[in-house]
Amino acid sequence: MAEITIKNVSKVYGDGYSAVDNVSLDIADGEFVILVGPSGCGKSTLLRMIVGLEDITEGDLLIGGQRVNEKAPRDRNLSMVFQNYALYPHLTIFENIAFPLRLRGVAQDEIRKRVEESAATLDLTEHLQRKPSQLSGGQRQRVAMGRAIVRQADAFLFDEPLSNLDAKLRGQMRTEISRLQRRLGITTVYVTHDQTEAMTLGDRVAVLRKGVIEQVSTPRGLYEHPVNLFVAGFIGSPPMNFLPCSVKGDTLELPFLSCPLGREIAERVADRKLLIAGIRPEHFEDAALVEDSKKEKGVSFRVKVDVTEWLGNSQYAYVPYDAPADIKASLASLEKELDSEQLRTQMIVSVDAASRIRDGDEAELWLDPSRMQLFDPQSGHNLTLLNEERESAPPSSPTGAPSSAAARAGTTQTLAEDGATRKT
Amino acid sequence: MSSSSTRNRVGWIVGAVIIIAYTMLPIGWILSLSFKGGDDITNKQFLPTKWSLENFRTVFSNDLFTTALRNSIGVALISTLIGVIFAMFAAYAIARLEFPGKKLILSVALAIAMFPVVALVSPLFNMWRSVHLFDTWPGLIIPYVSFTLPLSIWTLSAFFREIPWEMEQAAQVDGATPWQAFRKVIVPLAAPGVFTAAILAFFFAWNEYPLALALTSTTKAKTVPPALASFTGASQFQSATAAIAAAAVVVTVPVIVIVLLFQRRIVAGLTSGAVKG
Repeated sequence: MAEITIKNVSKVYGDGYSAVDNVSLDIADGEFVILVGPSGCGKSTLLRMIVGLEDITEGDLLIGGQRVNEKAPRDRNLSMVFQNYALYPHLTIFENIAFPLRLRGVAQDEIRKRVEESAATLDLTEHLQRKPSQLSGGQRQRVAMGRAIVRQADAFLFDEPLSNLDAKLRGQMRTEISRLQRRLGITTVYVTHDQTEAMTLGDRVAVLRKGVIEQVSTPRGLYEHPVNLFVAGFIGSPPMNFLPCSVKGDTLELPFLSCPLGREIAERVADRKLLIAGIRPEHFEDAALVEDSKKEKGVSFRVKVDVTEWLGNSQYAYVPYDAPADIKASLASLEKELDSEQLRTQMIVSVDAASRIRDGDEAELWLDPSRMQLFDPQSGHNLTLLNEERESAPPSSPTGAPSSAAARAGTTQTLAEDGATRKT
Repeated sequence: MSSSSTRNRVGWIVGAVIIIAYTMLPIGWILSLSFKGGDDITNKQFLPTKWSLENFRTVFSNDLFTTALRNSIGVALISTLIGVIFAMFAAYAIARLEFPGKKLILSVALAIAMFPVVALVSPLFNMWRSVHLFDTWPGLIIPYVSFTLPLSIWTLSAFFREIPWEMEQAAQVDGATPWQAFRKVIVPLAAPGVFTAAILAFFFAWNEYPLALALTSTTKAKTVPPALASFTGASQFQSATAAIAAAAVVVTVPVIVIVLLFQRRIVAGLTSGAVKG
C-alpha cells in the first residue's frame, strides 16, 4: 500500500533521444491509474522507470513518500505483469507463483497457503502442478497475475497485459483485473494503447504524447472535456469527427450546416476565423427518429451518405466532405500521431440501428450542437473549455493530479451534471 | 500420385541405408574385431568364427589401459567442468552487456578455435617441462580448457541471447539479486545449451591425441588415445590389433551412451511456454 509520486521525471537515452519529458503525476494510495497513448509515446518507459528496470535521467520518484530513484527493482516492493507474461518455463505453476516468496525466504507452510489462496482467486488450483507450456494464453496471463498478487506488494504495475489475448478473452480478463484491483485495493499503474481498457479500468487516465502528459482526468472527463485535439482524437471509437468551421457573427458555419453559437464562446473565438469543430459520432441522429420536442433543440440538415455499416446495436454512416488545404494538412498530421491513416476527409455518424438510411441515400440528420467542442487549428487547444477548467488539468503541472477520492468525487459530480443536462 | 510417393519413400530408405552402412562399417568392423579371440583375426571373414570376450579380459587386466582410462575420465570431466563454468560467465556477459571490445573477444575466441593444435605441441612441451606441468593432469587440463572455451562461449552466448530479457527482469522485480536471477532463471533455461557445450568439450578432451601424446610420458597422466597406440597384446608375440579394437570399443561406448542420454535434452526447446508465441 503506497502512493506513487512522479516529480518532473525525464528519460533521455544515450543517443540524445528523449523518451519521457518532465512528467509529473501523483498516484494516490489504492488508485487505479492508466497510462495511455499511441506507440512510442513513452508510456512503457515511464512504467519501467517506476519499477526500476530503466534509469531515471532527471527528476524524483517517490513511493510511499520515499525517494527510490537509486533503488534496485527488488528493493522497491512492486510487482509487475509483463506483456509477454515472462513465466519461468522450467518451473511448475505452483513454483512460478511461489518464486517471489521463495526469494524472500518465506516458510514452506506459509508459501503453500498463500500460493493456494491466490491460485483459488484466479481459478488456477487444478493447474498448479503443470508447466506454463501446457496452459492456454489466458491461463498463462492469470499465472502472471498470480505471481504478482501472491506477495503483499506496494503497487501493481501492468505493461499491456492483455494485448496478447484474443478479443473475447481480453474483455473477460479486463473485468477480472478490475474486480481484483477493487477487492485488493492496491495502487495500480496500467499501461495500454487500447482506449477501451483505459476508459473501463481506470479511476484516472493519463494520456501521453511524445513523452509528455497531455491530460490527466477521469475517463468521463477525457471523453467529454478533452483539452486538445490530440486527446479528443485519441479517446473514443469511432473517433471524434473534426470538421472545419468558421465563425460568422453568432453563427458557426460547418460543411453541411450552420448553427447558433453561445455568446460567451462566440466572444472568445471571435478573433479566429477558421476553427475545428469536434463532434462525436453519437451526437448525430437520424432526424426521422428524433422526437419533435428534442428536435427543436438541435439542427437538422441534409447530406449524401456514402457508406453505411449496420452493427445490430447501432449503425454508422460515412459522409465525405471537402476541407480547406491547411486544415486537411493539420488533420493528416494529427492522424499520423494517432497511429491511424484516413484516406479522405469524412464524417462518421452514429445513428440508431432502426434507421432506414442506406448507402447512397440523401438523408436528413440531426445534431445537438451544445455538445460540440471547438478547437484552435494551430495550437489544438479546446476553446470550449472555460479557462479554469483548462487550468485544472494542464498538460504537465506538477500538482495537477487530484487525490483519488477527489477524482472519484469528480466522476460522480460530472455524472450528476450530465444527468441534469439530459433531463432538461 | 501414390506410386510417385512410394518411389519417393523407397528412394529415401535406400539413400538412408547406404549412408548408415557407410558410416557404420568401420565401427562394425572394430566391434567384430574386438570379439575375435586368439588368432581369429586372420580368419579372412567379417564376423568372428567364434565369439570371444578374451580381448576385453586382456585390456582390463592391463594396467596401462585401466590407468589411462582413469586419467581420461578425470582429465575430460575436470576440463569440461572448468571450461563450461568459465564459458557460462563469459557468454552471459557477452550476450547481456554492452562493453568495449566485445567484438574483439568474440573474434579472438574464434581465432583460437581455428589455431592448429600441432603448432602448439613443441612450445608447450618445453614450457611444461620447465614449470613442472609435464606428465600431470593440470598439464593436460589447462590446454584443453583453453581449446574448448571458444566453442563453448559461442554456443552458450547464442543460447543466452535466445532467452528473453523479460525473464530476468521479471525475476528482478520478484525480488531476485542479479546472481539469483542468473542461477535460478537463466542457467536452467540455458540448460540445453550448457549440455551441448559440455558434451562438445568432453568429446574434445576425450578424443584429443597430439597434446596427450606429447605432454605425457607415464601412466601418471597418459590418456587413452596415446595409450592405445603403445598397446601390445597379451604376449609380445601376439599382434595387438584385436586388443586395440576391444579397447577402442570400450572408450567409444561412453561417448555413444552420453549422446543417446542427452540427445533429447539437447534437442528439446526448454524455453517453450515462457512467452507467448
